[in-house]
Amino acid sequence: MSDLSYKVIVGLEIHVQLCTRTKMFCGCALRFGTEANSRVCPVCLGLPGALPVMNRQAVEHAILAAMALDCTVAEFTKWDRKSYYYPDLPKNYQISQYDLPLGSHGHIEIPLEDGTTRSIRIRRVHLEEDAGKNVHAAGNFSQVDLNRAGTPLLEIVTEPDLSSPEQVRALAVELQRIVRYLGVSEADMQKGHMRFEPNVNLVIDRAAQQFKTPIAEVKNLNSFRALERSVAYEIRRQLDDFLETGRTMQMGNKSTRGWNDVDEVTVLQREKEEAHDYRYFPDPDLVPVVTTPQWIDEIRARLCELPVRRQVRYVQQYGLSAYDAGVLTADRSTADFFEQAVGAGGDPKRVCNLLTQVGLKLAKDRGRDLPGLGLEPGAVAALAAMIDRGAVSASAGNTILQAMVETGKKPEVLAQELNLIQKSDAGELEGLVDQVLAENAAAVAGVKEGGKKSQKARAFLVGQVMQKTKGQANPKVVSEILNSKLGGS
Amino acid sequence: MQQKIDAQQVRKVAKLARLDLTEAEIEEFTGQLGAILGYVEKMNELETTGVEPLAHCLPIHNVFRADEVGASLGTEKTLANAPQRDESFFIVPKILEDSSA
Ligand SMILES: [Zn+2]
Repeated sequence: MSDLSYKVIVGLEIHVQLCTRTKMFCGCALRFGTEANSRVCPVCLGLPGALPVMNRQAVEHAILAAMALDCTVAEFTKWDRKSYYYPDLPKNYQISQYDLPLGSHGHIEIPLEDGTTRSIRIRRVHLEEDAGKNVHAAGNFSQVDLNRAGTPLLEIVTEPDLSSPEQVRALAVELQRIVRYLGVSEADMQKGHMRFEPNVNLVIDRAAQQFKTPIAEVKNLNSFRALERSVAYEIRRQLDDFLETGRTMQMGNKSTRGWNDVDEVTVLQREKEEAHDYRYFPDPDLVPVVTTPQWIDEIRARLCELPVRRQVRYVQQYGLSAYDAGVLTADRSTADFFEQAVGAGGDPKRVCNLLTQVGLKLAKDRGRDLPGLGLEPGAVAALAAMIDRGAVSASAGNTILQAMVETGKKPEVLAQELNLIQKSDAGELEGLVDQVLAENAAAVAGVKEGGKKSQKARAFLVGQVMQKTKGQANPKVVSEILNSKLGGS
Repeated sequence: MQQKIDAQQVRKVAKLARLDLTEAEIEEFTGQLGAILGYVEKMNELETTGVEPLAHCLPIHNVFRADEVGASLGTEKTLANAPQRDESFFIVPKILEDSSA
């Protein structure tokens, strides 16, 4: 085993639910948690004579996402029927796009742990309708709810460019950020708005020979955690399987596996023979889509700076850490608020600390986004400036920010009311320093001795002054006065 | 006339369409489907050099609706023709395979 090395190869298929008011091809409302089968019409049921009509908003959302993923947007695209034999789509076909997807040949830039980014190729982006839900009831029956049937879904397929479970997760998280930034999906994992299907295999080098393990596709994953773990599991499983059996990739030995969330293993799914013969053909009920240059320009105007670009810019322009930049750009409203506060004159690092250490926590506790706290970006900038010039300490700044959220008062007012103004007046503090020096002759002697003991004695004297002011002296100013009296630093 | 379709192909198509056919039906449909294909075969006599493939027979495109909520049938009407129901759900024989569109 010592002469064996391997590379992980993963391509990812993602379904994202678009946030429209109505379904893809009919006016039924999309609402989560309504009574089963209450949002259903003849189009959803596939009743004879019912005709689907495209939701313009869904098509524009899909084009915008394709543009953000750097895809070539098709000038001409059409709809195809994909044969489907489950009761959650009563038409017996799913309306999808086969040979002419809306977008193709794109890229997505994903952030890596070391702060750099990596470009992953996107094979295609197309629009389709979702199926309803089969609920497995007790006994020999399944319950069917068609409320979800016909929901607009964006299917995104990457090339097999991903090479670790962490990268697969990073792509999924980045895609969530992108569709939220664009406002084309809520991408709420709890509501099943994103579903993942990774295709995994290994290229193994052993004894100067190369082997490829059979591809396994893991179906229907609906959390980042399950996605990452299932890929990690597949890597271990395929390596073990290769060592044990020597099985390699052949025509037709791709397998489909499901994820068992409890045992954290993938399980082989038995598939009906020829199940993948979908027999696509053009849907005669729907006319094609032609994307005119003018329409494309209109949609392109809605593009925004992508989160990963913004994250990199925060590191370069504001000197933030990659981690902090990631936290601030996790959603657009937070990043926008941060930039407004910086635009109002706040020091980027101070504003970042206030928002990441206090603001986002308060927002989370209240179940809101950051702007939902009602803070004025200018007031946050003013608070950052107060910390900068030493009027209040950084920890007092955090207390004041919390009070700003609770009371809506200005930081200057709260600093007074909460008695958090630091004493920075050198004249006043000098008297206190003299008093402390007179009272602590032993420590003064310790400072003058030099070496390690000197540092400790100096810190002790600063502490004494802080105590006399009940912690309200500016420690920086106190240190400066001490240094001027005792020499050194 | 050359045989357009054989019983084996009819069996395969029936299986894909989840149709359970008797041997007599397979024989009957093999003949009928063969006749249909033979009829459509006439199309091959047309000269199509230089003719663009057609995605749709109507010369129109971009027929959209605004994203505005219209009427749904509501649960009662939706389930009116259901062979079997359980409160607000359709009931079907147990689905063994997990589906994913
Ligand atoms: Zn409908």
